[in-house]
Amino acid sequence: MGFLAAVGRIFLHFLEAIGRVTRFTGTALFHCAVPPYYLAHVGRQMLEIGYFSLPVVGLTALFTGMVLALQSYTGFARFSAEGAVATVVVLSVTRELGPVIAGLMVAGRIGASMAAEIGTMRVTEQIDALSTLSTDPFKYLVAPRLIAGLTMLPLLVLVADIIGVFGGYLVGTYKLGFNPATYLKRTEEFLEAMDVISGLVKAGVFGFIISLMGCYHGYHSRGGAQGVGAATTDAVVSASILILVFNYAITEIFFAK
Amino acid sequence: MTENRPKIRIRGLVKRFGKKVVLNGVDLDIGYRESVVIIGGSGTGKSVMLKCILGLLAPEAGSIQVDGEEVVGARRAVRERISRKIGMLFQGAALFDSLSVWENVAFGLIQAEGMGGAQARKIAEEKLAAVGLGKEVAILSPAELSGGMKKRVGLARAIATNPEVIFFDEPTTGLDPIMSDVINDLVVKSVKELGATALSITHDMASARKIAHRIAMLHAGRIIWAGPVAAIDHVDNAYVDQFIHGRAEGPIKMEVRA
Repeated sequence: MGFLAAVGRIFLHFLEAIGRVTRFTGTALFHCAVPPYYLAHVGRQMLEIGYFSLPVVGLTALFTGMVLALQSYTGFARFSAEGAVATVVVLSVTRELGPVIAGLMVAGRIGASMAAEIGTMRVTEQIDALSTLSTDPFKYLVAPRLIAGLTMLPLLVLVADIIGVFGGYLVGTYKLGFNPATYLKRTEEFLEAMDVISGLVKAGVFGFIISLMGCYHGYHSRGGAQGVGAATTDAVVSASILILVFNYAITEIFFAK
Repeated sequence: MTENRPKIRIRGLVKRFGKKVVLNGVDLDIGYRESVVIIGGSGTGKSVMLKCILGLLAPEAGSIQVDGEEVVGARRAVRERISRKIGMLFQGAALFDSLSVWENVAFGLIQAEGMGGAQARKIAEEKLAAVGLGKEVAILSPAELSGGMKKRVGLARAIATNPEVIFFDEPTTGLDPIMSDVINDLVVKSVKELGATALSITHDMASARKIAHRIAMLHAGRIIWAGPVAAIDHVDNAYVDQFIHGRAEGPIKMEVRA
């Protein structure tokens, strides 16, 4: 009985958490849609998420494309399919690795910083101060971050796609000895618009998830420095898990026969 | 007409956190331009009461009226209208780290009243001068300020929009006795000049005696005594007597938990 009660309690806590996140999301979306808008804050968050994440996302995409070309080549050589390397690189990067790698990197960089910043504001009563100054914390803190996450991650992923494919091209042509023109021809030959579009849709969803988890955990942090630390960890872990779950769900929607 | 009813009227206020009952039927009236100080031990719900009046926490039961308007369960527009009447000095000042000192002080003017930046900055500098801080402080970041300066900036921010009501949450906590007295003087001066109603919470009896017209003591979730500041030394109440003299022995037992 004790075991069943414990399982039941965990399940109820889980449902409670889903309810709280859903309510938080609904309130946040309402404030995204209804004025006033803090455009300067949206711009600042766009810069933070989009521009300042470029180096880390670009570098990760470059090496992901490079290692993908190398791995595909050595693997495909076992059944004489080395010619498919360029196609495998471009499809893997645009459909999966670009959005997922960029999402996970941004979750670590931005999700953590959002949770830490908002969490610190919570425990030092700055969020309460906003309310006493007739400023809705959802409008001022949460909405700009959600809008920025939703819009900037697709742009980041587009750049990551290009850099990732370029990484594969570098290894393919300089190390594996592919003819550059042939490699590029193979790259574009089997690439369809839907491959890129599905990746960008994923990126938008991932950007929203990262901002939502950063804001949610920061907003509900309690108990000083330890609470802010826990909120930061929770934001990154929950965003990373949700990215992988939603990655499967969106792939299913786009590509399942 | 309005002068006859209290500025703030609290009746039967109940607030729980889980099974812990923090406020258990608080009744309190605060008159127009009156300065009331709530005293009470740590964890007795003084800050919770302020947050309930501000609408930051929703009580389980009871009524809070500001100028006759109900705060509990009020719609967003009503809450916003009421919150525009109230300024608050937080315990740790709660200055926004990402903004400069003048932007902190001008925040309510710009965000809530839609005032232009130049005019808001001018008013912010005037309010900073009113709390004894020069223009050179206006451009600093909150991280560059001492504890006393932060309290002053917090006070300047609280009075920047000329509120009708000002809340002071532990205005002298963490300050040395001289700076505490400076802050107490500023609190008295600001409230008097604005003609505002003030509600303060503190443990500091020197501060309470200086800034209050009336003192109320919160214990076990209720106001157990309220009266003029001059009467507090002659109260026939063992709880009040123990608290104002800071004695470990008496009817108030401090909760000591690991």
